[in-house]
Amino acid sequence: MNNRLSPAHAAIALAIAAFLLLFLIIPVVTVVYVAFTNSDGSLTLEHFFSFFQLTLMRESFYNSLYVGGMSVLLSSVISLPLAYFTMRFQFRGSVLIQTLGVLPLIMPPFVGAAAMQLLFGRNGSVNLILNDCCGFGIPFMEGLNGVIFVEALHYFPFILLNLTVALANIDSAMEESAQNLGASGFRLFRRIVFPLAMPGYLAGAALVFLKVFDDVGTPLVLNVTNILAAQAYFRITSIGIDDPIGYVASVIMVIASLIAVWGSTWLMRGKDYATLQRGGSNLARRKLKPWQAVIAYGWIVLVLVVVLSPHLGILLLSLSKVWSYSIVPDVYTLDNYVTIFRDSTGMMGNTLLYCGIAAGLDVIIGTAIAYLILRTRLPGRQWLDLGATAAIAIPGVVIGIGYLRTFRDFQLPFTNEPFTAFWLIIAIAYTVRRLPYALRSCMAALQQMHVSLEEAAENLGANKNRTIYRVVVPLMAGGILAGFVTSFLTAAVELSATLMLVTAQSNAPMSYGIYLYMQSIAGRGPGAALGVVAVVLVGLGTYFSNRLIRSRAAGQAALMLKTGV
Amino acid sequence: MTDVLPAARKVRVDIRNVSLAFGATQVLRDISLTIEPGEFFALLGPSGCGKSTLLRLIAGFNQAQAGTVEIDGAEITDIPPWKRDIGMVFQNYALWPHLTVAQNVAFGLEERRLPRAEVARKTAAALELVGLKDFGQRRPNQLSGGQQQRVAVARTIAIEPKVLLLDEPLSNLDAQLRVHMRTELLALQRKLGITTIFVTHDQEEALSISDRVAVLDRGTIQQVGTPMDLFDRPVNRFIASFVGTINLLDGTARAAAGGVLFDSPLLGKVELASDHPLTGNASIAFRPHTLSLATADRAGAADRIWVDGTIAQREFLGEFVRYRIDARGTELIADQSHFGGSVEFVPGSAVKVGIAPAQVRVLPA
Repeated sequence: MNNRLSPAHAAIALAIAAFLLLFLIIPVVTVVYVAFTNSDGSLTLEHFFSFFQLTLMRESFYNSLYVGGMSVLLSSVISLPLAYFTMRFQFRGSVLIQTLGVLPLIMPPFVGAAAMQLLFGRNGSVNLILNDCCGFGIPFMEGLNGVIFVEALHYFPFILLNLTVALANIDSAMEESAQNLGASGFRLFRRIVFPLAMPGYLAGAALVFLKVFDDVGTPLVLNVTNILAAQAYFRITSIGIDDPIGYVASVIMVIASLIAVWGSTWLMRGKDYATLQRGGSNLARRKLKPWQAVIAYGWIVLVLVVVLSPHLGILLLSLSKVWSYSIVPDVYTLDNYVTIFRDSTGMMGNTLLYCGIAAGLDVIIGTAIAYLILRTRLPGRQWLDLGATAAIAIPGVVIGIGYLRTFRDFQLPFTNEPFTAFWLIIAIAYTVRRLPYALRSCMAALQQMHVSLEEAAENLGANKNRTIYRVVVPLMAGGILAGFVTSFLTAAVELSATLMLVTAQSNAPMSYGIYLYMQSIAGRGPGAALGVVAVVLVGLGTYFSNRLIRSRAAGQAALMLKTGV
Repeated sequence: MTDVLPAARKVRVDIRNVSLAFGATQVLRDISLTIEPGEFFALLGPSGCGKSTLLRLIAGFNQAQAGTVEIDGAEITDIPPWKRDIGMVFQNYALWPHLTVAQNVAFGLEERRLPRAEVARKTAAALELVGLKDFGQRRPNQLSGGQQQRVAVARTIAIEPKVLLLDEPLSNLDAQLRVHMRTELLALQRKLGITTIFVTHDQEEALSISDRVAVLDRGTIQQVGTPMDLFDRPVNRFIASFVGTINLLDGTARAAAGGVLFDSPLLGKVELASDHPLTGNASIAFRPHTLSLATADRAGAADRIWVDGTIAQREFLGEFVRYRIDARGTELIADQSHFGGSVEFVPGSAVKVGIAPAQVRVLPA
C-alpha cells in the first residue's frame, strides 16, 4: 500500500470526479432543482401538488410501484424453487442456470414484448389454443399484467443467480447442525436456509425492481403509458423541456430507486453471511423422490419454455409476412431482413461506435477507481466509488432529461450544433449508466490480487508506473475484459436514455431502431429482424468473451451478477 | 440446575461392519466398534483417515454402503439426522449468524415443539452450564472463539441428546485455550454422564482426556484401547510411531523360549519377551525416555543392551534433553531428563546407548 500522496493519483481522481460531476451529479441535481423551483428560481412544492392532483400521474405513480413490486414477486416465485432444487438436490441444473442467466443480458424485454403479445395476448397463440380446447383464455398480457409478465420473465435471473451464489456460499455445517438439532424439510428452509441466503435474495430483488422501474420501452411497446417512466418521457418530449411535471416524475423515480438500493443494503447491514469456511465440505445433495422429481422437472421445463418464448416469438415474427389471429404465422418471408440491411446498417454501426466508446471509457475509469481505492490512501477516494456506483439507481429517462436540461444552451464549437443533439452525448450517457458494472468487475479483479505481487515487483526495481504496467494490468486483464464486455453488451440494448437523447435517425443506435419499428404494426417484422440481429450479435459476444474470460477469471460472472449486472 | 438438564441416560453405541466409499474412494473399511455407556471416547488419526466420516455417519450425514449403527441395541442406520437425537458440535461451530446466542441454543428445543416456558428455561440452563448466562442477546460474531465454542456445546446439550459427538472441537482455538477447554469439556461430560465421541488428529488431546481411544488409518481401525494401552502396548508400527515418539528397528524374528530371538544389524541377536510368537521380518520399538546414555569409556550395566554411537544433535525441551544419536548409521532418539547437575552430552561426543530389554516391544514388520 502506498502511503505517500502522489500528485498523479490526485490528478486522475480529480479528472474522474469532474467527469462524474459533469455527466452524473449536475444533471441529476438539475432535475431535482427544476422539480422544486418556480420559473423565477424560488423554492416550491407546488409542482408536486399539481403532480398528485393529476389523476393520470397518481395512477402512473401507483402503477409503477405495483408493476415493480409484482415483477419482484413473480420473479421470486419463479426463482426460489429453481435455486433451491438445483442447489440442494441431485439435479441436472447448472447448465440450465447458466442458460437462464444470460438471457436478460442478450435480449432486453422491450424487444420480445411484441412477440409476447402475439404468443400470450388475447388473440395470441396460447389463448387461441386455450379457447379452442377449453373455452376460456388467460389474460397474461392485459394492461399491466403484460408488463409484469414480460419484465419478470426477463429479469428473474437476477434473483435466481444471486440466490444460487448465496446458497452455494452457505457452509454445509450450518444446515447440518440444524438437521442435527431436529429441523428438516420446509422448516429447515424457512428457519435457516432462507434467512442465510437473504442478502443474496434482497440484492437480486432490488436489481429487478430497479430494472423494471427504469424500463420505458416495454410498457410503450405494449401500449401501456400510465407509468412514471413513460409519463416522464412523454411530458418532456411532447409538452417540452420546461414542463415541471416531467421533472417531478423523474425525482419520484430517483427516490424510489434509491430507496430500493439503500433499503436492501440497510436491511442487510452487518449481515454478510458468507459463512463458507475452510474445510467446509459440500452439502450432500439429496435424492429427489419420484413425485418431487416430476414437480421439479415440470417446473423447470415450464419456466424454460415460457422464458424462451419471446426469443422464439421474435424469430418467428422476423420471418413472418402476416401474423395475426393465428397460432403461428401464415406466410413466411426473408423480406424483413432485406429491409433492415437496406435501411438500418447505419444504426448497427452507431451501436458499435457508441458502445465501444462507452465500454472503453468504463474500464479505464473503473480500473483507475479500483486502483485508487484499493491501493492508495488518497483522501475522499471512497466518494469516487460511491459516485460511480450511484449511477445504478438513476433511471435512464432521468439521465436523459438531465442532459437535455443541463446542456441545452451548450453549442459545439465551429458547427454551432447544440451539444444535446451531438451523437457523443449518447455514448457518454452509456458510459455513465454502465460504469457501475465495469467498476465492480475491475474492483473484484484487483481485490483478488494480493498486494505482495506488486511489492515483489517494486522490490525488484520497478517503480509504481512500471509495476502497474507490467504486473497490475496484466493480472487484472480478465476482470477488465469482463467489465468491457458487460458494459458493451448491456449498453447495446439500452433504450431509456437513448429514447430521450436520439434527435435524428442518423444518430440512432439499433435499440432505438427496434423500438421505432415496433411502434407500428407494419414495422414489427423489420423490428423483430433487427432484434434478432442484435440478439445474435450480443449472444455471440457473450459466448466468446465468456470462453475467453473463463480461463482467466473463473467465477467473475457470478461476481458481476452479484453486484449489479 | 440438574433438575433442568438432568444427567443423561447412558447409552451404548455399536458400530458393526461399516464400510463406506465416496465414488471410487474407499473411506471406511469394515469398521466395528463399541462405545460403552457414559464413555468419553476418542477417534484419533491423521487427516484423511476417515475419523470425521465415521462421526458424520453416526450423526446420519453419511450413508454407509454396508454395516449398521445401533444405539442401545436399536438400529438407527435408516433414521434421518433430524430424528436421531444425537447431538453434534461442528468443527467450525456452525452458529447461525442471523440468530442471537439464545435463539441458537433454543433452536433444537423449538424444533421439538417444547412449550415456550420450557424452551426458555432449558436455554438459560444450558447457557449457564457453559458459563455464558449473560450472553444470550449477543450475536455469535460478537463472541470470542472460546465463547463461540461454548455456545455450540450449549446448543447441542440443550436438546439432551443420547450421544454427544464432537468434531475436532478444539482445533480452532489457540494453544492455551485448547488445554483449558479440554479439561472443561471433560468436566462437563462427567457431570452429564453422556456418552461422548470426539474426533481429533492431536494425539496429546486424545490421550489426555479420553477413557478409550480408537486409532484409525486409511479407513481401518488400527487399535482400540485406553491411552496407556496405546502408549505402552502398540500393536503395530503405525500405532507405535503415531502415538508418542518412538525408536523403530527392523530385523528378523523367530520364536524362542518365553519370547522371540530378534536379529538386527545394529543389535545382533537378542532375546526379547513377547506376548505372541513372531517369525520372519519384524520390528522392535522402544521409547526415547527408556534409554540411558553413558560416556563411551564407561562400562554399562549388564541388564541393558549397549550400543556405541555419536551425538548428532541436541534439542533442549525443558524437562528433558532430546539427543539424536548416530549409531552406526541408524538414528536413535534418547530423552534424558534434565535437572540441576544432570550430565550433558555435546554433539560430536562418543556415547553408549543402553536399551532396557523389558521396555522393548516386538512388532510385526
